[in-house]
Parts: sequence; structure tokens; C-alpha cells
Amino acid sequence: MSARRLLLLAAQWAVPLAVLAVLFVLPVATMVATGFWVDGSFAPGAALEVLTRPRVHRVVAFTLASATGGTLLSLALGLPAAYTLTRLAIPGRHALRAAMLVPFVLPTVVVGVAFRQLLSEAGPLGFLGLDGTWVAIVLGLAFFNVSVVIRGVGAAWEGLDPRPGEAAAALGASPVQVLRTVTLPALRPAIVSAASVVFLFCATAFGVVLTLGGVRYATVETEIYLLTTTLFDLPAAAALSVLQLLVVTGLLVLTGRTRTGRDPVARRAVSAKRPTRRDLPALAATGLLLVFVAAPLVTLVAGSLRVGGAWSLGNYRALGGTGKDQALLVPVTEALATSLRTAVDATTMAVSFGLLLAVLLTRRSHSATERRIRSTLDGLFMLPLGVSAVTLGFGFLIALDSPPLDLRDSPLLVPIAQALVALPLVVRTLVPVLAGIDDRQRQAAAALGAGPLRTFWTVDLPAVWKPTLAATGFAFAVSLGEFGATSFLARDEQPTLPVVIFRLIGHPGELNYGMALAASVVLAGVTALVMLTVERLRVPSMGAF
Amino acid sequence: MPPESSAPLLRLRAVTVRYDGVPAVDRVDLDLDAGQVLAVLGPSGCGKSTLLRAIAGLEPLAGGTVTFAGEDLAGRPTHKRGFALMFQDGQLFSHLDVAANVGYTLRLRRVARPEIAARVDELLDLVGLAGYGDRSPATLSGGERQRVALARALAVRPRLLLLDEPLSALDASLRESLAADLRDILRAAGTTALMVTHDHDEAFAVADRIAVMFAGRVVQEGPIAEVWAAPESPRTAEFLGYATVLPVLAADVIARAGGLGSGLAGGVPLALRRSALVVDPDGPDAGLSGVVLAVTSTPEQLRLRVEVAEFDGLAGPLDAVARLDSRVAVGDRVRLAVDASRIARLPSPDIA
Repeated sequence: MSARRLLLLAAQWAVPLAVLAVLFVLPVATMVATGFWVDGSFAPGAALEVLTRPRVHRVVAFTLASATGGTLLSLALGLPAAYTLTRLAIPGRHALRAAMLVPFVLPTVVVGVAFRQLLSEAGPLGFLGLDGTWVAIVLGLAFFNVSVVIRGVGAAWEGLDPRPGEAAAALGASPVQVLRTVTLPALRPAIVSAASVVFLFCATAFGVVLTLGGVRYATVETEIYLLTTTLFDLPAAAALSVLQLLVVTGLLVLTGRTRTGRDPVARRAVSAKRPTRRDLPALAATGLLLVFVAAPLVTLVAGSLRVGGAWSLGNYRALGGTGKDQALLVPVTEALATSLRTAVDATTMAVSFGLLLAVLLTRRSHSATERRIRSTLDGLFMLPLGVSAVTLGFGFLIALDSPPLDLRDSPLLVPIAQALVALPLVVRTLVPVLAGIDDRQRQAAAALGAGPLRTFWTVDLPAVWKPTLAATGFAFAVSLGEFGATSFLARDEQPTLPVVIFRLIGHPGELNYGMALAASVVLAGVTALVMLTVERLRVPSMGAF
Repeated sequence: MPPESSAPLLRLRAVTVRYDGVPAVDRVDLDLDAGQVLAVLGPSGCGKSTLLRAIAGLEPLAGGTVTFAGEDLAGRPTHKRGFALMFQDGQLFSHLDVAANVGYTLRLRRVARPEIAARVDELLDLVGLAGYGDRSPATLSGGERQRVALARALAVRPRLLLLDEPLSALDASLRESLAADLRDILRAAGTTALMVTHDHDEAFAVADRIAVMFAGRVVQEGPIAEVWAAPESPRTAEFLGYATVLPVLAADVIARAGGLGSGLAGGVPLALRRSALVVDPDGPDAGLSGVVLAVTSTPEQLRLRVEVAEFDGLAGPLDAVARLDSRVAVGDRVRLAVDASRIARLPSPDIA
């Protein structure tokens, strides 16, 4: 690569890298350093000693086990649904696919509350005795991530050329043999990719484990939270953060590899077929999934409408106040306004920065070195996806608190953190679209006399405006529900809605719990509305990783 | 042609396939005897691939019957028909190597490993790809992929081989050589085959019989030479590669010039290939003549457009050919001979 080319590349990437360095690397590094440096001298011993504690072993083992369980359950529920919702002509399948994306962006705290409502002793499934068990956590994790499987594998399945399968059938392969020898191998990259992303999300899940696990079950993520906020054991928290960072980086490298390994398959428009008797198992599995997704939500709504054993809107009316015994500092309605304001700011940042990144990532590489640099940068900006939101939030608190970067009292602190969490989702929605544009189109425009800006205007923009709009809605929904980082950073007098919900369920009293349910319904409703609206744009890369 | 004593192996009666109520295949009747190769020829969108998929069991019939060896195939799923289907672009399984692709059906049938290996070698040898077993399909050329697909289709000795535009994705020279190979391989294996194509050269090179299909209907069917010599309509003639169709009066001029012994009778329209008229400096004074309007040279011969003098306004300019070494220029007057083997008779307009 020529020196000039390198210089140009460096100039293009200077701003994004600087932003990432200040807003991501610095906080995380500070958080980690706090643990390793004691009284100004490097003392890793205390942190490393942490890794020998039996409790830490239990926490790590439970993290891996619950993430594995969550991933397997997500695959088991998601694969039949991916088939049913993309390949079978059943009424309302587009609406169903849209609805299936809602759980993914539901605020984690809301899902935790909904599952507790469903599984608690008084709940409809209380007789199963699952409340507070590891099964509840695995169910909660699958509830979130099943949509990742449906989106990721469904997108591949929808574009899958049916002819190899037909060729196999014509050669005498039964439907099961076709599935085993042709379809699944063709989908393997998509399945592996979806599974590794789901594993990543499960292993770093925070809100759902915190609300469902109680004190009995802790994952690395909730343990970091406990160690920093309650026990003030920073070396231990730092050690766990580093451990998590290493595992997550490894997983991201792995998923990056499966992504590049995927053939740029020629997508075909395949019309969905009428379901036959052989599709009954898949249809039944999809029906089961619908019940699984709907049950907690229905229970949540029903619970929010009951006060003192009778149907009432009292919980909703109470949202204008601060709860019993002054559980809150501000009314819930004000928290909702704060949430919306914050989400607008965070979305603006995430989308404008994400668009810039996506454009830079998909520029044509002129050499192998350049391509390697691009794919490394691609992975780098994916990191916030897997890094503990708790680490990020706590790092923000301790790194950005002194001049010249004193953001602690800035109203932008929370939006910036949320934007970082939403950024990878924006980039992953836009990159496939931009990469799908044949570069010769740009060359043709340039050869006809269009400058770089004009070329972008003529070639890229028409393809990218719809996905950008979809990514905007996606980022908005994610930022509305963000809990991990926000719980650290939101000031007490300006909490967001998820923070308020968590505080309400922590306070005793029927009214407080009822208000938590009502607020959860409001938050879920807003999020679902946003997602169902942008889903109408039909952007296949949205929510597929 | 074998005698029509026994019942045909494959028999289609009034086969109809509809997409959203619109018939893509409309009441098609076809028969195919054991060991024969039938080409269904038609323009793209005429329903020929749909017909093939219907025979394979991949499209449900809206009406009619498909009978094979006396058994009605209704309700018998694709994988239990004992056929093989070869697609335009091969559809090799990209995650398997060449040997695994060819041996696919044998593994489905749980044939013993050494037996599979031996049969795969034999098949690769048959299609001229010995030693390609451990290559990945991605590393093969288009022609090699089609050969592998053919070997895979032949592995279980299918009762019927269905070929969907098997050579269309290949470039011209490769298509020609592979067409000849395909014919030889099918003959050697004694395979009964039905192929659909839009390319009349491909059909001519491979098939024994031909069925011409337009807009979902089979308009003509028969041994290939018969269809060639007497297309049922101007449209069919054009699709079979005839350059011009002459109406009766102009056709009579050509028929008279061709002479009686040539088998050209008067009173019917004629379809002419490009090379039906040949520049003949030694022709009789009473023969055809024309004025050259344009000359193009090809590696084989000169191609001309000529205004035939004897037409006297009955028809427009025609194509003609001349030897490469003949000195012909635009504006020249040339004598023309008629090559009757390059002319087909069409039915009389009052019958058609």
C-alpha cells in the first residue's frame, strides 16, 4: 500500500477513532486500571487473586451455562419459526415477523418484571415453581434472543435458492434428507453467526438476570455491578471486566470470521409456498413460540390493570405521582419525558456516526492490507455490543469526571452512553446495504463526471435512506430500553423510565409494584410502536447480525 | 424410430399447471418411449420449465395426468419418482466436493463405501472428468460443473432424466462440444430423457424427437427431421431458425427456380434459412437473379442481402450466401441457385 493511500485512510478514520478512543476505550481502560493500580502502583496481584475465589468460579460457570442454555433454547424455538415465517404463505406472516422483533428491543427490566409476574407464586404459571430458578433466567434470555435467530437465519432462509433442494429431491432425497444434507449446510454460516451473537448477548445480559436471578444467581455482568456498587471491590470488578472483555473479543473475532466466510449468495426472490401436512411440526413449533412470547406480555398487561383484586386503571393514574412512601424523586410521567428526550439525542448521535462509519467501512479496499485494516476496524466498532454495559457506565463515571473531559454533569452523558450501545446495531443494519451496492455504479457515476458527493447523492443515498430510517427507529427503541449503563449514569433527579421501573420493584408496596407494571406496559408499548412502524420499511438487514 | 407397438414409458395427457389461475401449461399431451430423448423447445416464458417441474413433481397439476410405466404419478412425491433433474446451472452442492456430489444419491441409498467410490470413478470417467473427485465445485468451469451435474444425475440410473436448459449457461463453442458429448453419454447409458431448451441447435444436437411449445401449449411434436422439414406455422419456423417465411406467390417463384426434382411443390408458403439462396456465377440464364444490397463477411462465407428480381414486388429482400473468394460488391447483379435442403414447407394458408 502506498504511503499516500495510507495517509488518506488515516485521515478518513481519524475522527471515528478519536471518538471511539475517548468515549469507549478511555472509560473501559480507566475502569480496568482502577482495579489493577492500587495507591498509584501497579498491583495486579489483588485482581488476579479474585479469579481464584470459589464464588467467582461459580459465577463464571453459571454465566457460561446459562448463556449456553439460552442459546440452545433460542435456536430450538427460532429455527422452525424462521422457516415458517419466511417460506410458508400463512396469513399475517409479515405482521408476525415484525412482532417477533419486539422482544429484542423490549427493555430488559420490563421483560424481567413480566417473567416474574408470570412465574411468581400468584402468577398463572406459579404452580411450576420456576420463580427465582435458573430455568426462569434461561427462559428470559431465550425470550429476548429468539428474534435474533429468526431475523438472522430467516433472512438467509428467505433468499435461499430452492433449486439445490429440488435437485436433491429429484435425485431421491426425502424432505428430512433434503433438510439434513442440503438446507442446513447452506444455512450453517447464518446459524453459526446468529448463535454466536445470541451467546454474546446471553453472556452479557444484565437487566434480565438482575431482576430474575435475585441474589442466588449471578452472572459475570451482574457480579461486576454488585462488586462496584454494593461492595466497592474495584480490583475484583476490574478482573472480571478484563476476563469478560477477552472472551467477548474472542467471540467477536469468531463471528466476524463466519460473516466474511459467508458467500455473497445470489439472492433470489422466492415466493412462499402454501403450507402442507409436512409443515405441521414447524407450524406447531411456531405456535408454541408465539405463546411463549405472548404469555409474559399478556400477564404483564393484565397485572397492570388490577388494583386490590379488581380491574382498574388506578396503576396508570398513579403514574403522575411518585409512588407510595415517596419511592421516587420524580413522577413516572416526567421520567418518560426524560427517556424520550434522551433517546432522541442518543439516536441522533448513533445514526449520524453510524452512517459515517458504515460509509467508511464499505469503501472499496485497494489492497489486501487495506481490506484487513477495514475488517479490523469493523470488529473494533462492534465491541460496544459485547462489552459489559456496566463496565462502560462505571468507566464513564470515573474517567470523564475531570477537565478537560468533565461530562459528569453534562446532560449528554446518558445519551452518549446509549448511543454507543446502539451504534453497532446501526452499523450492522447499514453495512450490508452499502456493501450490496455494486461499486461499478459509483465508477459509472464518476466516469460520467460526478464528484464524490454527487456520486454519493446519486448512487448511495437512494439505496440507503430507507435502511437509515429503519436504523433510526431501531436505535431509538434500543436507547429507550437501555438499562445497564443508564443505571449508573442517570442522575437521581433525572431518571429514565427503565431506571424508575427498577426502583419501583425494589420498593415494597402493592401500589409501587402496580406502578412498575403500568410503567412497563407504557414503555413496552412505545418501543413496540416504534419497531412495528420501522418494520413496515421492510429492511432485511435490520436485526440480522 | 422404434415401432409404436408397446405403450410409451412416459405419457402426459391434458397436463395443466396454473399460477394464480393463469395457465402456464395448458392441456399438454406428450408421449416418450424408453431410451429416447425428447426436446421441448420454446421461447422463455412459454411454460416449458414449468412442464418439466410438473413431471418432476415440483409443481402441483391443476388438471390432467402424468403416467410413467403405466402408473399414474399423482400423489407420488418428487423423491419417490426415481427421476433425476439437472438444472441450467447444475446446482451442485457447494459444501460437498465433486466426488461427494456425484455419490450423493448413492449415500442416500446407503450403498457401501467402496461401491460408491468405484461407481463415482466410473461416472467421472464417463463424463470426461476422471481425477476431479476431490475438487470443490467452486473451482470448476461452467462446462465442468454441468458434467459433474450430469454424472450426479446418472449415478442411480434414473428411470427418467429431466434436463432444464442443460447447456444454456455455457459459451457457444463449449455448448457445441458438450451437446455432442451429452448425446453420446445418454445413448451409451440408454437413458430416457426429456430436455427443455430455447436453443434449436441444442435440441437438434441432443434429441431424437422435438416438441415445440408456445404460450403453454405444445403446437407441434414429432421426430426431429420431420418437424424441421415441415414447421406447422411461420412462428414455429422462425423459432426453428428459419430467417424468412415467404407467402405463397413469392414461394412459388423459389419453388420453380429450385426445380421439380427438389421436392419443393408450389402452392404453399416456404420458410428459408439464411443459406437457402447461394450465389452461383455459372447458373442458367433462366434462373433467379438479384441485386446485392449489403455484404457482410464471416469466417465461413459472405452473407448478402439481395433484392430478387423475379419477385417483382411480391416479397422484400432475402438473405443469401456466397463463397468467401467470390467478388461481390453492393450494387452487383448476381445469379442465385436454390438449396432445397435449406427450405421447409409450411401448411397451406387455407388449412392453417
